[in-house]
Amino acid sequence: MSRIGYYPGCSLHGLSREYDESLKAIVPSLDTELVEIDDWSCCGASSAHGVSHLLSVALPARNLAIAEEQGLPEVVAPCAACYARLATARHEISGDANLAGTVNKVLVRDFRNSVQVRSILEVLKGQVATIKAKATRPLKDLKVACYYGCLLVRPVEVTGGYDDAEDPSSMEEVCKAAGATPVKWNRRLDCCGGGLSMSRTGSVVRLGSAILKDARAAGADAIVVACPMCHSNLDFRQKAMISRGAWEGEMPILFVTQVVGLSMGIDPKTLGLGRHFVSTNAVTARLAGAAAPAAAGEVG
Amino acid sequence: MGTHEHSHDHSGPEPLAARVERMTGLNPAKCYQCGKCSAGCPMAAETTLRPHDVMRLVARNQLERLRDADGMWLCLTCETCTARCPNGCDPARTMDALREIFQGSGEGRAPKPIRAFHKSFLDQVRSHGRLFEFGLILSYKLGGGPLFADVTTSPGVMARGKLGLAPHRVKGLQEIRRIFDACGAQEEGR
Repeated sequence: MSRIGYYPGCSLHGLSREYDESLKAIVPSLDTELVEIDDWSCCGASSAHGVSHLLSVALPARNLAIAEEQGLPEVVAPCAACYARLATARHEISGDANLAGTVNKVLVRDFRNSVQVRSILEVLKGQVATIKAKATRPLKDLKVACYYGCLLVRPVEVTGGYDDAEDPSSMEEVCKAAGATPVKWNRRLDCCGGGLSMSRTGSVVRLGSAILKDARAAGADAIVVACPMCHSNLDFRQKAMISRGAWEGEMPILFVTQVVGLSMGIDPKTLGLGRHFVSTNAVTARLAGAAAPAAAGEVG
Repeated sequence: MGTHEHSHDHSGPEPLAARVERMTGLNPAKCYQCGKCSAGCPMAAETTLRPHDVMRLVARNQLERLRDADGMWLCLTCETCTARCPNGCDPARTMDALREIFQGSGEGRAPKPIRAFHKSFLDQVRSHGRLFEFGLILSYKLGGGPLFADVTTSPGVMARGKLGLAPHRVKGLQEIRRIFDACGAQEEGR
């Protein structure tokens, strides 16, 4: 049993709670224990870094400092934005003694910056053999478009290079281990519009619909994501894309943890599939050996 | 190594390029205008200034032209520019430095909804230690965001159990307030 620090971040306790639910549903099978950071606080996400550089480092550093005090050598942040902010803070503090001193003064903590920050893909990539072994209901015939977006794999100075910034493969490896077939497509690393979802929806419609169309053209049954913002912009915002004439039909958007969970035979309700805006019935219908079970808990 | 300096004297005619270099640790004149950043920029289709334009204008101390443009406010910080720069420049970090400079001086011209969003977001974090999404949406709407066509008015958000109606307050709220105060960000976004 390996222990890893867990930084859920605000989205996983709110709009993307199914990401938290599905992660917690699969980790027991991965022989991993998640140890939540005590009294964790917001990382500052897409807002702090445009206001104050120090704020954008100090807010994530508080969480890393608490993890350090808990004796956790590494922390996983499933949200790609949280991951980027935590990993960026770690990277910048390690390269700048002045900044490290300032952060400690602000936090009033003796933080030594000893905590490694892992993305969900980095963690799952290290578990592909286990995922494959535990995939009792491999997702045969399910074609997936693995979507990385921006912050999971770049820049490499921040990620430590666990995957290639221009041609990554970790999400495809995880989906293959779950029995799914990744398609080849072009927009895996394009931005979905991130933090502009509410303040400039038109940009999100333009960027997101291009991603959906490319995935469909490549023959994907679903897009797989590992970020609450990507999920919200591609799932929730599909309706806005349709009403603005930028998109037709439906493309289910799955969290990578839900893909792994489905392959383990965990029921769709536990994995939070019913919380999505775009129906995932087309996906669950393809579950190997299943007679098209509807996503339990589906609401209109 | 960066020479990060987090609070500095706003008086004096420090040229923009020097100021940005002091904040980012990177010399903006290193940019040789290859345009690779702009070729990959997802917002280049919507902005008047593209990333390589911004880099050039910073290097040439063109503060007014930058201040009156929308490029840095629409930047998504997707890091494509920074990851692809062949000469180790960091346009994304430069955009952040510009936002910090212009917001700090009150000269910022961020489009109203974007300004309202960031302000509401950080107000939530300062108040609770975590983002309270329902509070964010309400505060954003009251602070200048569009009143309709949004998350709360969309059918099914509540039924899906996605929005909590009460904030979670972290225990270490004093520490959060101290961080905001030390960063001079309590007046952010205004």
